[in-house]
Amino acid sequence: MFFSNQLARRGFLGTGAQGVGAYALASLLGSSCAGAVDADAGRWTGVIDKPHFPPKAKRVIFLVMAGGMSHLETFDNKPKLVEMGGKPMPDSYTKGQPIAQLQGKTLTCLAPQHPFKKWGESGNEISEIFPHLGTTADELCIIRSLKTEAINHDPAHTFMNTGTTISGRPSMGSWLTYGLGAETDQLPGFVVMTSVGGGQNQPIASRQWHSGFLQSRFQGVHFHSKGDPVLYVNNPPGVSREQQRDIVDAVQELNRYRDEVVENPEIATRIAQYEMAFRMQSSVPALMDFSEETQQTLELYGTKGADGSFASNCLQARRLAERGVRFIQLYHRGWDHHGNVKAASAGTAKLIDQGAAALIKDLKQRDMLKDTLVVMACEFGRTPMAQGNGRDHHIKGYSMWMAGGGVKPGMTYGSTDELGYNAVENVVTVHDMHATMLKTLGIDHKKLTVRFQGRDFRLTDVHGTAIDAVLA
Amino acid sequence: MTRLPILFATLVFASSTSLLLAADEPVEFNRDIRQILTDKCFACHGPDDNTREAELRLDSEEAAFGREKKVIVRGKPEASALIQRIFSEDEDERMPPASTNKSLTPHEKELLKRWVAEGAKWQAHWAYATPVMRAPKKFDQAANEIDGFVLERLAKSGQTFSNPADRVTLIRRLYFDLIGLPPAPAEVEAFVKDKSPDAYKKVVDSLLKSPHFGERLAIYWLDVVRYADSNGYHADKPRQVAPYRDYVISAFNSNMPYDQFVVEQLAGDLLPEATIDQRVASGFNMLLQTTDEGGAQAKEYLAKYSADRVRNTSQIFLGSTMGCCECHNHKFDPFTQQDFYSFAAFFADIQQVGVGNPLAYPVQHEADTKKLAEFDAQTAAARVLLDTATPELAAAQTEWEAKIADSLKSDTQLGPWHVLGPIKAASFDEAHEKEFVPAADIDLAKPVGDHKWTKNDQLVDGKAHSFVGDNSAVYLFRTVRVPAATETILSLGSDDSLQVWLNGTRIHNNKVSRGVVPDQDKVTAKLVEGENQLLIKVANGAGGFGFSFNTKQTGLPPNIVAILTTETESRTDAQKLELAKHYRSIAPILNPKRKEITQLEAAKKAYEAALPRSLMTVAVTPMTIKLLNRGDWMDESGPVMEPAIPQFLGSLNVEGRRANRLDLARWVVDPKNPLTARTLVNRLWKLYFGQGLATPLDDLGRQGTLPTHPDLLDWLAIEFVESGWDVQHMIRLLVSSNAYQQVSTVRADLKTLDPYNRLYGRQARFRLDAEIVRDNALAVSGLLVQDLGGTSVFPYQPAGYWDHMNFPARTWPTSRDKSLYRRGLYTHWQRMFLHPGMVAFDAPSREECTVERPRSNIPQQALVLLNDPTYVEAARAFAERVVAEGGATAESKFDWAYREVLSRGVTDREAAVLKRVFEKHLATWQKDEAAAKAFLGVGAKPMPGGMSASELAAWTSVSRVILNLHETITRS
Repeated sequence: MFFSNQLARRGFLGTGAQGVGAYALASLLGSSCAGAVDADAGRWTGVIDKPHFPPKAKRVIFLVMAGGMSHLETFDNKPKLVEMGGKPMPDSYTKGQPIAQLQGKTLTCLAPQHPFKKWGESGNEISEIFPHLGTTADELCIIRSLKTEAINHDPAHTFMNTGTTISGRPSMGSWLTYGLGAETDQLPGFVVMTSVGGGQNQPIASRQWHSGFLQSRFQGVHFHSKGDPVLYVNNPPGVSREQQRDIVDAVQELNRYRDEVVENPEIATRIAQYEMAFRMQSSVPALMDFSEETQQTLELYGTKGADGSFASNCLQARRLAERGVRFIQLYHRGWDHHGNVKAASAGTAKLIDQGAAALIKDLKQRDMLKDTLVVMACEFGRTPMAQGNGRDHHIKGYSMWMAGGGVKPGMTYGSTDELGYNAVENVVTVHDMHATMLKTLGIDHKKLTVRFQGRDFRLTDVHGTAIDAVLA
Repeated sequence: MTRLPILFATLVFASSTSLLLAADEPVEFNRDIRQILTDKCFACHGPDDNTREAELRLDSEEAAFGREKKVIVRGKPEASALIQRIFSEDEDERMPPASTNKSLTPHEKELLKRWVAEGAKWQAHWAYATPVMRAPKKFDQAANEIDGFVLERLAKSGQTFSNPADRVTLIRRLYFDLIGLPPAPAEVEAFVKDKSPDAYKKVVDSLLKSPHFGERLAIYWLDVVRYADSNGYHADKPRQVAPYRDYVISAFNSNMPYDQFVVEQLAGDLLPEATIDQRVASGFNMLLQTTDEGGAQAKEYLAKYSADRVRNTSQIFLGSTMGCCECHNHKFDPFTQQDFYSFAAFFADIQQVGVGNPLAYPVQHEADTKKLAEFDAQTAAARVLLDTATPELAAAQTEWEAKIADSLKSDTQLGPWHVLGPIKAASFDEAHEKEFVPAADIDLAKPVGDHKWTKNDQLVDGKAHSFVGDNSAVYLFRTVRVPAATETILSLGSDDSLQVWLNGTRIHNNKVSRGVVPDQDKVTAKLVEGENQLLIKVANGAGGFGFSFNTKQTGLPPNIVAILTTETESRTDAQKLELAKHYRSIAPILNPKRKEITQLEAAKKAYEAALPRSLMTVAVTPMTIKLLNRGDWMDESGPVMEPAIPQFLGSLNVEGRRANRLDLARWVVDPKNPLTARTLVNRLWKLYFGQGLATPLDDLGRQGTLPTHPDLLDWLAIEFVESGWDVQHMIRLLVSSNAYQQVSTVRADLKTLDPYNRLYGRQARFRLDAEIVRDNALAVSGLLVQDLGGTSVFPYQPAGYWDHMNFPARTWPTSRDKSLYRRGLYTHWQRMFLHPGMVAFDAPSREECTVERPRSNIPQQALVLLNDPTYVEAARAFAERVVAEGGATAESKFDWAYREVLSRGVTDREAAVLKRVFEKHLATWQKDEAAAKAFLGVGAKPMPGGMSASELAAWTSVSRVILNLHETITRS
């Protein structure tokens, strides 16, 4: 095995490229990738050795309200829009603006369909379709001035995840695991889960958790609620765990024999990867078993077990966070309310509300909220204009919130104009959001870069400023 | 746990610089300086006008030296502002400024200083200069010029080649590199035993002739051009484009010259009398991602597609990253934003809808055209017989006339239809209600407003007929004669509403909204003796508009009834001919002929439907391409751009006409183009030596590294062009070199001297590509189906993997039979959810040009090889072979298995490991036969009869071990 002791590593660091270490690393990583490895396990521990800022958050749980949650029915209270309901949308707002399905249609204002309420001591305003989330209002930092650049689902998700609409760039979870590694060798560092309900299920591409030009090891691993929770994680039928262990043991032993002949550091890595795979074969199915959770916890989330619902995914997210997973992303695909936004937003909210609130409360009671950043956002918001009795896609101003991990609790930041169309005060771009998220983790977004096609790429492209006003 | 942080990029530079520059050697601009300027200075002092600071440019000699206030004084570092500023102690003075997050290492500063001191000699960027041919020095170990150049460089470092690899390693290397399949033991043995001097050459020759050669190279090319079987965005619907993939395979197999290959892909459709293969090749332009998402704006997507083509085409053929210039001038290279949009204008003629996926066209080869013409000829011949009068027919007609004479007498006689309208109304209500025509005493000669009655023979009874016009009404009129007063049933259909008047009285009023089919409404009509007047009105709201009429009668057309009711003697010649013709159309004795025609027509249709279809470029009038400020598709203020090549690379001589894609293609493969040949030979080098001579492979621009062997790269580029762009010739040269034939194990001295093997003092070793990992397992197990080409296939994939796709929701249609066992490159390539067995081994989704896959080593690979049914089934199939062919003893079987999979015998201690697994699992499964059977039931291949389940299962365990070995999936 290479790097078998601490000295060898130190020695390598001291001699730069001129050591056996560089050779081993060259083989390990291929010649196009930068990085750090835990030498004994072949496990990635991140390229960032010294944080650029004091980190507050250690991990992120990112709740994606896919389809485009309406900010006007959830987090952005617009009394003026109530007055304007049914009246023509003033031309001054919409002239020359990109519009999706309402192209060429008469534009009429649609009044917000649900009343808002001030919650807690902070008085954060949240609509009444989120009664549980309301009780966590004092933990939330609501941003009502988010802005994005792509108006159709697929490119908008890509933009939200990678900072560009061009395919092939790493997603934020990949950037984070590349930068920081993971705190587990039992599980992947970046996990994705999905749930559905409450509206039409817009497609979600695996590109959304792809590692782009970073190595495949930084890809998000999708946890499925049916079949194998992780693809191929179960033994073939008829094969016991002991037999599988026999196979892996034999492979390892034969690989070691081969290594004696050819001295290839890749073999040591291969051996480490087989060990990790074998560990995943038990750790992943164990994760799906909620029996170790108390009845009280299950009731808090409103779930009975790992059934693929958003609530159960929230509980699973907490379990993954506890086990050292760096970036956990939950998609709920039910927010594309072109029609009947009143009933549909209430219906989808009901599937989200308790689980999301429980996640915050549960993290808090376990003293994990302080270093776990929870984010709720979507690829875009929805128009103040009516599309029948629904709303169309909207990119010029919408809402998100963050909680925990170094974010100021109980505040509202930024605002849209009085009809909820344009973000006007303290505008936050998607790049700003990324920069802010990275900062809570101790990363200067301008310094986490990778050379690709002759250019230094980063999550925030050439944009973005961390919003210090929302950071504690 | 200890962290091991390494700034790898710095390492690569440090290592290559220290390798390339000896202390007593003069500094060379391209090798030592350009990279520093590009990387650390160009962002503010480069080609982009928008970000330039202090009006200082350092990207060209003219600009850097041509200023009044000297920034660089040749030979005088102390007088050069450049050197002063980079060494400055004052943070506000020092370049680059801290705000750029860039800084110079002491080594870099020293280099810049030495460069200025030595006279600041400038060189043009190597990749944009014409390649220069020089002969390498002579070396005894050199098999060809490639070796000469490699040895020259090694000698500089006091090194030489490692030993040649043994023959087993060599033949495995050649097989995986050239055809992507393992050698059979007999092939290995023959090569090992062949003592003739051309033994190696014979293997190379046979592999280059193998049809699998094209498949192997296609795996790489399909990544580069981003070939996939789905559209990419949103619904990611399937697309038909497999013939393009097969074109690529066949082009490589037939050793099509690369210049022709490029031209056919970029502009095959514009070639004079383009063949179908050339049009299939032009499908290249349609390989980009497209959307059909509701609410997408066509204009936005047309801009995306346009940018996609520029970005990818420049990477694919020119090794250049023009994509940066969509929004601004390139930061590092001389490409401008104008260049980007002028380049885009070349593709403006491609038929392309903004929202909606492109059409696939039938791939009709000459043989198909001939076959279709045969159908037409046979049909025409049959039709002639249908139209030929014979005495037989005349006799039959007479008989028929006599037979229907009676029924004619009692029949209603329907006059011809007269039609008026459609008449436009304000609404459907008005169209239905308003009486545009008085219902009584119809006068066909009298116009109604602008509308006139016109006779219409097309409105055949019993069929549905359509009209056009929203909120409109149509009137239809005919006479009905009966010999005596009677009641008859009119059977009518309409879209939408229907009203009927008989002799001026309304007898039916049905205001409905519906589509038309015959016989929707039955209306009883009381006819008077002699002539009756029948008036029908159909009114339409929106969309479809039509009617249908039927009544009980002979079913004969009115003109034929008219002839039949005329006495035979009084019929005109024309009437006689008309009647004979009509009779032939219904004559029972001609039924077999008619059936034959129907069958021929159906066969033709089926043949056409079965033709494969493929995306192809169809040229139309070019759309206008404007320069988009900041890449913003909503900004219309930019100038209109005409097609042109990047300005710094020259211009096209098209004499006043608009340049087109064919001009572009011919410029790309012009022998004088400095980029094209270098780009390809650099990538071929990567395929056979593990990395490019210049990296990265998709950017030969100033941000890339200088080639480790610039003269070798130039030599290869020139050789390539001079050979007539002969791809196989280049590959033969590469694999025939002694550099290629070295061992891949690492000499102790090279570990420290050249950890990245940039000097090629040994071969590279790396994991097989995703497709080949699979092909290898299927090949040794005997499952592999070696058919070439065809539509893509669907091997086992976990259920539910496609759950996140929608519009429509889909499930993976797992193939049956032999399609399960095709080579990996034929696997259906779904961009949104590529097959997870492929993803685990770094296959790209092919949304963008990929010239180099990462080579990762991750737990998912272990999970796939251990648990994916593909590999479990392959292990079982291989175990069946082991039991059947591996000899009598367990030991002989272990050895046989190793020779099949690894081309070498098993060692004693290896056999001991396998034996341990075999015996333990045999004992376990003997106790639990059901578990063994469940295990062996994986996969579609039926279980062989006559084998003990527990024994076969135990051998399958042994096979799983062997198929999971690092050695099995490694090319060394």
